[in-house]
Amino acid sequence: MLDYGPDAILMTGLDGSNWHLKDYEARGGYGALKKILNEKITPEAVVAEVKKSGLRGRGGAGFPAGLKWSFMPKQYTGAKYLVCNSDEGEPGTFKDRDILRYNPHMLIEGMLIGAYAMGIGTGYNYIHGEIWAEYELFEQALAEARAAGYLGKNILGTEFAFELHAVHGYGAYICGEETGLLESIEGKKGQPRFKPPFPASFGLYGKPTTINNTETFAAVPWIINNGGDAFLALGKPNNGGTKLFSVSGHVNRPGNYEVRLGTPFAKLLEMAGGMRGGRKIKAVIPGGSSAPVLPGHIIMQTDLDYDSIAKAGSMLGSGAVIVMDETTCMVRALERLSYFYFEESCGQCTPCREGTGWMYRMVHRIEHGKGRQEDLDLLTNVADNIAGRTICALGDAAALPVKSFINHFRDEFQYHIDHKRCMVSVPGGYFSAESAAVERAA
Amino acid sequence: MPKVEIDGRQIEVPNGATVMDAANALGIAIPHFCYHKKLSIAANCRMCLVQVEKAPKPLPACATPVTDGMKVFTESEYARTAQKGVMEFLLINHPLDCPICDQGGECQLQDLAVGYGKGASRYAEEKRVVFHKNVGPLISMEEMTRCIHCTRCVRFGQEIAGVMELGMMGRGEHAEIVSFVGRSVDSELSGNMIDLCPVGALTSKPFRYSARTWELARRKSVSPHDSLGSNLVVQVMANKVMRVLPLENEELNECWLSDRDRFAYEGLNSTERLTQPMLKIDGRWQEVDWQQALAAVAKGLKNVQAQHGPQALGALAAPHSTLEELYLLGKLVRGIGSQNVDFRLRQSDFSADRKQTGAPWLGMKIADIGGLDRVLVVGSFLRKDHPLVANRLRQATKRGQQVNLIHATDDDLLMNLAHKAIVPPQQLPEALAQVVKAVAEAKQQPVPAALAGVKVGADAKNIAASLASGGNTGVFLGNLAEQHPQAVLLRLLAQELAGLLGAKFGFFGAAANSVGGYLAQAVPGAGGLNAAAMLAEPRKAYLLLNAEPELDCHDPRAAIKAMQATEFVISLSAYKGYALEYASVMLPIAPFTETSGSFVNAEGRMQSFNGVVKPLGEARPAWKVLRVLGNLLGIKGFDYDSSEQVRDEIVKPDQVAAKLDNRLNGLALELPAASGGLQRIADVPIYFSDAIVRRAPSLQQTQDGALPRAWMNAALLARLGLKDGQAVTVRQGEGEAAVNAACDDRLPRDGVRLAAAHSSTRNLGPMSGEISVEPR
Repeated sequence: MLDYGPDAILMTGLDGSNWHLKDYEARGGYGALKKILNEKITPEAVVAEVKKSGLRGRGGAGFPAGLKWSFMPKQYTGAKYLVCNSDEGEPGTFKDRDILRYNPHMLIEGMLIGAYAMGIGTGYNYIHGEIWAEYELFEQALAEARAAGYLGKNILGTEFAFELHAVHGYGAYICGEETGLLESIEGKKGQPRFKPPFPASFGLYGKPTTINNTETFAAVPWIINNGGDAFLALGKPNNGGTKLFSVSGHVNRPGNYEVRLGTPFAKLLEMAGGMRGGRKIKAVIPGGSSAPVLPGHIIMQTDLDYDSIAKAGSMLGSGAVIVMDETTCMVRALERLSYFYFEESCGQCTPCREGTGWMYRMVHRIEHGKGRQEDLDLLTNVADNIAGRTICALGDAAALPVKSFINHFRDEFQYHIDHKRCMVSVPGGYFSAESAAVERAA
Repeated sequence: MPKVEIDGRQIEVPNGATVMDAANALGIAIPHFCYHKKLSIAANCRMCLVQVEKAPKPLPACATPVTDGMKVFTESEYARTAQKGVMEFLLINHPLDCPICDQGGECQLQDLAVGYGKGASRYAEEKRVVFHKNVGPLISMEEMTRCIHCTRCVRFGQEIAGVMELGMMGRGEHAEIVSFVGRSVDSELSGNMIDLCPVGALTSKPFRYSARTWELARRKSVSPHDSLGSNLVVQVMANKVMRVLPLENEELNECWLSDRDRFAYEGLNSTERLTQPMLKIDGRWQEVDWQQALAAVAKGLKNVQAQHGPQALGALAAPHSTLEELYLLGKLVRGIGSQNVDFRLRQSDFSADRKQTGAPWLGMKIADIGGLDRVLVVGSFLRKDHPLVANRLRQATKRGQQVNLIHATDDDLLMNLAHKAIVPPQQLPEALAQVVKAVAEAKQQPVPAALAGVKVGADAKNIAASLASGGNTGVFLGNLAEQHPQAVLLRLLAQELAGLLGAKFGFFGAAANSVGGYLAQAVPGAGGLNAAAMLAEPRKAYLLLNAEPELDCHDPRAAIKAMQATEFVISLSAYKGYALEYASVMLPIAPFTETSGSFVNAEGRMQSFNGVVKPLGEARPAWKVLRVLGNLLGIKGFDYDSSEQVRDEIVKPDQVAAKLDNRLNGLALELPAASGGLQRIADVPIYFSDAIVRRAPSLQQTQDGALPRAWMNAALLARLGLKDGQAVTVRQGEGEAAVNAACDDRLPRDGVRLAAAHSSTRNLGPMSGEISVEPR
């Protein structure tokens, strides 16, 4: 049995191979869809239920899902699209992969319900370029659902029709940005669009489109089965339900854990087996690499929900918790992160295209003993010039780590500049100067 | 109508207007690079970031819609910080090589860097290097490191030219502008990308490194090539035309220029220019002075007049000549006592002469073409013959205009055609007749008796349905229709169709003065011979004005024979050309940049211009040359002090409209059976169309400047036992041409497309008619 923790409601009863339609149905799967169609629950009531649940977007931005659904033009008679964002590219995040791998029908059912609620006939699930096996598995799941009459025309003998297609991406991080994703589905270069117009009015192929994260859709059947209130009650007000956290880094049992929103971080750390080697916690990136880093002593006092983490100065993001112990060189960690954003910038707009390379090169220099005294202020200023000035959020995502790393660990950066070497000198430590030297030599 | 306040000034703007629109209306300049009024919004340069009250971050003015009560600050500390931040980013990887950059002095980046850049760079890392690309003879992409990725060139291709020839490849810092795997940029509008490029990434290859922009004087002019009359800024240095740029005129060329209008100036500086009067003495050319040359001309003309009578003289003028030149030529010929003058060199059907009620013209304003909801184009190589008219239609089709085409070739017009009928050229009248009949039936109007036997096909039915469903329709005849042996029949059919539809109807017009030539009366009067007749019945003397008969005439073979058989040919031309072989006197006259004059464009707009440089060598404005000739011949009324005086004698600008009329009187509609056999489809390729452009080397190196080939569809190739690319002999009448065969499967059956106006096909006969192709 796969264990996502005692609070798991979505990822429960899974053993790794029981993803098939019959298994899902045995777990009560497609019950929510049947309930809606049998009881003739109106689309408005479905949206209201999702609104009530306090379900917020699990992809990173945390936008209330029900509210997003209500933006779709109701009177619009032409084609509308429903898109699932399974382009899980955020470093540290690997939760959607588990849903696709172990419980794909839950996602399909969630999308069916979304399509019903918004009067949409066609959907796409855009799957991350690097996970081919999961894509193939999802295609199989789709085939099962089609064969069983859950997808296609006259679903369960009603007038409701919905066709769902899987789209395999090509490995660009930027295609996880919803409008970049739409461009990619359209067969174009994955570059974010300027908003407004938002996808709800001008989305895929210029039609009204709703895009949600995999985990967001996956939570919908439970909400319909158990009611929005019940979902909300699992978490905190405005932070309904459970959430999958992908814990990685210097913990004993890295992996996905499903906990109620509002659970203290310390509890999640405990579920993940605590710090590896009994070392001290130094820092945590709580919401994927784009979220600002928090020092260990702050995160240890913080609950895991959207509002609490925001109050602590970071973001819940996608729920990717990257844990770093005291042996971690923060300069080298930031160098790696900065390189990622430099490499993944789409190049469309100026601040991100030019600024991410500048930041990376500066951090790279500092890490390699060529830092200058003015670098830290310059870095912060460059990050400020990127943040909030770009077409999409990648600019912010690139700037926030730089600002937060320097903000919280300025002394380490200063030490690198002053002494041309790392102040963290625990032999064998991750991201330490030694491991870096070994890597360079290799 | 939302109200917005920008920098403390209020304005009401239409719904959907952006902050940039509102600022422009207020005359507030917001710095920008990627924004362009004619292109879609990209919002990628971020230079136009402004402060908007209550917005959590600076917003791009170009993409932010105005909402009621919005307060915008374009110059606040907050806005300036954002703008300066973007400028710094734009400059960090830019090579800052202004001293050696052609864009220097007219560079948006350079200009804005003065206001928003720092004195010194904070960027101490390595700069990016982007490799150069070769995209053909017109656009230089040598220093792509200068590119700031605004994608104006990309959007121009997608949205205006209609074909995406440049794109941005790669991601992040590796993003670069490329053509599709090493291809050249072949659009006939490509040069506009140079104008659009806000930096020195795309520059003009022909102009490259020849002058600094601030050394150039800017003078207004009018393009002498197609019938649009594009407005030009001609830039000159040391009495030499260095470059041509568009002069914005929303009613004509908008802010664009076709590559022909832009790059043909190279021909002005050609080594083939005739710069000294030349006289053939004892079979050898000698440079003489004007007095000697004009005396010889006067004497020669008098001799011919005395020996053979005035009817032995014929005058042929290119329709690219100015109004004044055309008029004085006609006046001179008439003064001698002849009516043999014509400027319609490529026309072959003159049966409408003296049955026209006015000068044939477009039938409407060019600017209104985009407002039509249904259009029928008959016999036009639209994209190449009228690049910017094609663009107007291309833009209009995106707004719902339905463009239908009846033509002999199926070149990609880069727009969505509603319906088309592609037929061999001799069947054009039949195809148009079908549409007329179908429309008459659809409108429940009587079908003209002559069309009783016409069978309406599916294409015609579709076209008719499209046309009949509109409320504001235009029917236009293109160059092929005008040059067609049954041009008048096509015109009558179009007139009939326009009558049925209540449509506008007219001619696109082939050249700068296609309308003007009529106003200037450069057409034969009663008893006179038209251009074709003058060649078919060779004269004893020819007066050529800007004309190269072997390239400009409908039947080049007949033209060459006539010239060679004649004892006295006077060539008034800016170039030597083939006149060296048959002329007796060559008088160097000034091309449009070296003389004042006027063109009357397709819509009847008279545009007068001044010379922008002094005539080269001993060349003189043709109107002056003709004036002196008139005086020497003792003809009255040749005492002009200025070209304006000549022009005012022809027609005042505000009287032109009254003289335009496409209607024909006293001609009955008759539809003879079309002939069979292999038929020649002769286009005039865009860069062979007139004497100047033929001598512009860069344009000649483009794909459109390629050697003519005998194009036919695969079935015809197979039937003739030919292969694509095979060397063939094309025969037409007594003439033959050695070319290569080529396959274009979109051509109609039994049609062989072989370009006219090129030296390789000048021995062939007319631009239409039967032709044979065999292996060589």
